[in-house]
Amino acid sequence: MSKVKSTSVEVRLPSQLGYEKVAMSTAAAVAKLMGFREDRVEDLKTAVAEACINAIEHGNKLNDDLSVDVVLSAGVNALEVKVIDDGNGLKTVPKKPDIDKKIHGEEDPRGMGMFLIQALVDEAEWVKGSNGKSSYVRLVIRLDAVAD
Amino acid sequence: MQSETKARVDQLTSPAGHPVTALRFEGDIASTSKEAVLGSYQSLPKATAKLVLLDFTKVDYINSSGIALVIQMLIEAANSGQKVYAFGLSPHFTKVFTMVGITKYAGLFPSQADALAAL
Repeated sequence: MSKVKSTSVEVRLPSQLGYEKVAMSTAAAVAKLMGFREDRVEDLKTAVAEACINAIEHGNKLNDDLSVDVVLSAGVNALEVKVIDDGNGLKTVPKKPDIDKKIHGEEDPRGMGMFLIQALVDEAEWVKGSNGKSSYVRLVIRLDAVAD
Repeated sequence: MQSETKARVDQLTSPAGHPVTALRFEGDIASTSKEAVLGSYQSLPKATAKLVLLDFTKVDYINSSGIALVIQMLIEAANSGQKVYAFGLSPHFTKVFTMVGITKYAGLFPSQADALAAL
């Protein structure tokens, strides 16, 4: 198990909050097998958890009949994670949260998930599915990169 | 699926002699943690609990909904003239709290002793 080449792992989650931890743990296990440092594994765990929460809450709207698919593709130097839901995808990517505005009641205290995703991985893109189905967020974390 | 959040209140005194109210959390801090996080904070007497110290030592998982609860607490604390500090966050969540700007409104310390020494 010391070298992983283009290996794929898939997880299917129910649209219930809390199950993001299953994807988070799976992603962490794959990243550890690939040799990611512990701090990067922690970055990935938070990014994957937030992507799954968005998919469960906003994509599938907590609908028990829908599932969230998480596909982890381990390459030689990077791990790609796709989190797929049945929503329409994002209209716009929210702007960076402003803590001063939040504290002064000018901005919703929530809404930091996408900011965290973007800040913690090397690539993040939101892709709208055709016919309002199978929208996904694609995350990439590289072995040699250091996130701020 | 999310582990239940527990909260416990402890009364401490800093080496400088100031009364400090510690809120000790255990479990996940997520959307289901509202009662544990905000409820326990709101049960504190505003008139006397002027220094509030959050203990995250036994918290393994914090997501954006949990961070939002902490920010809601900071909003209420700012409006009540209370100061909030925290300790026991992992290096990762120390980074996350710093990234979202919480450190501007709540001082973070590695340990309870470090926090109390600064109060």
